[in-house]
Amino acid sequence: METGPIKQKLEQQWQDLSLQLRAIPINPLERKWATIALLIAALFIGIIMIDALVHGINAPSNVETIDSARLHLSEEFAEDNLGVQTDGSGLITVRMVAGRYSFFPKHIDVPAETPVTFRWVSLDVLHGVHIPMTNMSTMIVPGYVAQVTTTFPKPGDYPVLCNEYCGLGHNHMWSNISVIAKEDWAAPVKSAIAGGPENE
Amino acid sequence: MNDAAVRKLALGHLWVAFGAFILACFMGEYQVLERSGLIDALESSSVYFASVSTHGVLMAFVLTTFFIMGFGYYIATTSLKQPLWNQPLAWGGFWVAVAGVVLAAIPLLTGNASVLYTFYPPIQAHVVFYIGATLLIVGSWVWCLIMIVMFSRWKQANPGQPVPLAMFATTANALLWLWTSAGVALEVLFQLIPLALGWIDSIDPGLARTLFAWTLHPIVYFWLIPAYTAFYVFVPKQAGGFLFSDEVARAAFIILVVFGLPIGFHHLYMDPEQAAGWKLLHGFGTFVVSLPTFVTGFTVIASLEIAGRLRGGKGLFGWIGSLPWTNSMVLAVILSLLMLIFGGFGGLVNASYAMNAMVHNTAWVPGHFHLIFAGTTVIMYFAVAYYLWPILLKKPLFSREMALVQLWTWFIGMTILTTPWHILGLLGQPRRISSVVYNNLLTLSWDPYELAMIVGGLVLLGSACLFIYNLAKTQLSPVQDGFVQEIEYAEPLHAVTSLPEYLNDFKLWNKVIAVLMFISFGVPILQFFFIDTFGSSAWGY
Repeated sequence: METGPIKQKLEQQWQDLSLQLRAIPINPLERKWATIALLIAALFIGIIMIDALVHGINAPSNVETIDSARLHLSEEFAEDNLGVQTDGSGLITVRMVAGRYSFFPKHIDVPAETPVTFRWVSLDVLHGVHIPMTNMSTMIVPGYVAQVTTTFPKPGDYPVLCNEYCGLGHNHMWSNISVIAKEDWAAPVKSAIAGGPENE
Repeated sequence: MNDAAVRKLALGHLWVAFGAFILACFMGEYQVLERSGLIDALESSSVYFASVSTHGVLMAFVLTTFFIMGFGYYIATTSLKQPLWNQPLAWGGFWVAVAGVVLAAIPLLTGNASVLYTFYPPIQAHVVFYIGATLLIVGSWVWCLIMIVMFSRWKQANPGQPVPLAMFATTANALLWLWTSAGVALEVLFQLIPLALGWIDSIDPGLARTLFAWTLHPIVYFWLIPAYTAFYVFVPKQAGGFLFSDEVARAAFIILVVFGLPIGFHHLYMDPEQAAGWKLLHGFGTFVVSLPTFVTGFTVIASLEIAGRLRGGKGLFGWIGSLPWTNSMVLAVILSLLMLIFGGFGGLVNASYAMNAMVHNTAWVPGHFHLIFAGTTVIMYFAVAYYLWPILLKKPLFSREMALVQLWTWFIGMTILTTPWHILGLLGQPRRISSVVYNNLLTLSWDPYELAMIVGGLVLLGSACLFIYNLAKTQLSPVQDGFVQEIEYAEPLHAVTSLPEYLNDFKLWNKVIAVLMFISFGVPILQFFFIDTFGSSAWGY
């Protein structure tokens, strides 16, 4: 086989490297500390991996493209379809558009203690959105749909803040979200949204 | 003769660095004042964002790059005991970089480049800003070339000999910077400049952000490595002791360079254009690169302990008291390590993939990087300046007491500034806002912290003025006959007589970096050419 000599060469190189590594004098204290540092790093990585792979806690990473210049012509982000919607099985999706200088619709109601999936798009430049005290946070990059699923534990009125510099009016870019106790929340009726005044 | 020429070259670079620094300090204090809303007359988002953009460029690009170049030239000639290779080229690089800074400054100061130092396409600055930034980088590449040539020539002339640690670290930084700056160079040359000139109609912000992330993490190691170099090669000697381990120091620099590069996606955790697997991979590397910092902390503290015990310190902690706290280098390293502990803790929070969502782009982030950059790193730039000034000028420092006061006040000011900044982030305040106009009760809880930041900024500004005053007074003082001070490099506890090649050269590591970069960035960059992306046209601000 052709791989024989290559394998031999690699093994030789590995042995050389190991020999060289062992030749360096490392103080036993230093060795202990390096081991402790390695264990600390391994612990953190372990926790993150368990969260990501077992509990499915991931940053928004859906790599889904959209033409930001033609949002109004897209089916999903046409004005009538923005805001809170529930599908047949009760899953809640919130579609939001970020544009200088607000988030649209400007006010939405969602239930507490219920998973809510947000889908954010930008109609112009780079934005970011964060609802303080929650992990509803994502960058909104023009050309991409940013999707985040989260559950709000506590009812209340929260601001929705743009947290990425988007121009001189960046400070003014914000909107509101009301998190309503689960039992008091009613799914919006689709026909009420179409053409309704809620979207300001 | 040649020594005088190199000293002039180093001083020229360092003065540009510190000139940029003091200007940016004044802007910083204006920014905390404007942001607090305390003085109505100051309120102006256009001035604020022009100032933030300039502050960022001056501190992150000008202070650092010029400091690193000037420091590097002096390290190379003194540690290798070699004349500078190609002095005209070095001055050429200097003037190219200065021209770049001046070009970039014009649109920045006139409010035509308020895109912050991280660029943020598709918002667009005047094309001159991008060209200026490019020239600054090109000038710094000249420095990289000179460092690498001097390193190689010394090795040829001294086969089998260990390269002095100071030069090993400096060359590591030159290589790191070549690899690091490639990402932003690609973004500027193929996306930002063509868009600003109208050669292309649109760019993909997702690709731009990916390329910038390539640069955005290792650039902080480019800034940090001179501070670590001072930790290893000056501090032990100044404290009156020895470097604990020379070999482990080299290993730390190598790990910083190799693993500092392929991990930039921790800046993109919250971005939709990269998939979770790549982010986790980069997150993994981010924790690996915390190792050299853990090791550096150990080695530096162990070196200090040796010094403290040699000076008669007894008991478990007695050696700390017997350290020469009135030596500016020793004081600076103690304060630097204190800030590194807290800044490092914040960094681990940021690096933690899911936890990052709570603090991403909040005030926590500038709080973190001011602590770790303006604190840990820049305080060592001060210490190096205090150490080098008498050597470069052949005059004693104007006031050693003033230097100590300056270092303490910098530490105190940084504590007062960054602690509330972190808290504001936890209270949900976004970074990069020029004033708080959200009509929401939450913002009431922000007020006291913003006021504290003004005080912190004032202390820092005062401290920065003391620093510049001390250096300028030294420079302007009359020449003292017979004043001689030479640069002294720390001796390791155990002299290094021979080293395996991989601890004395970068050929192997360059190959490792190439492989790691291909793994970490290959698919994430290529994906933009295989999926249907939609470009963005340019926007003003």
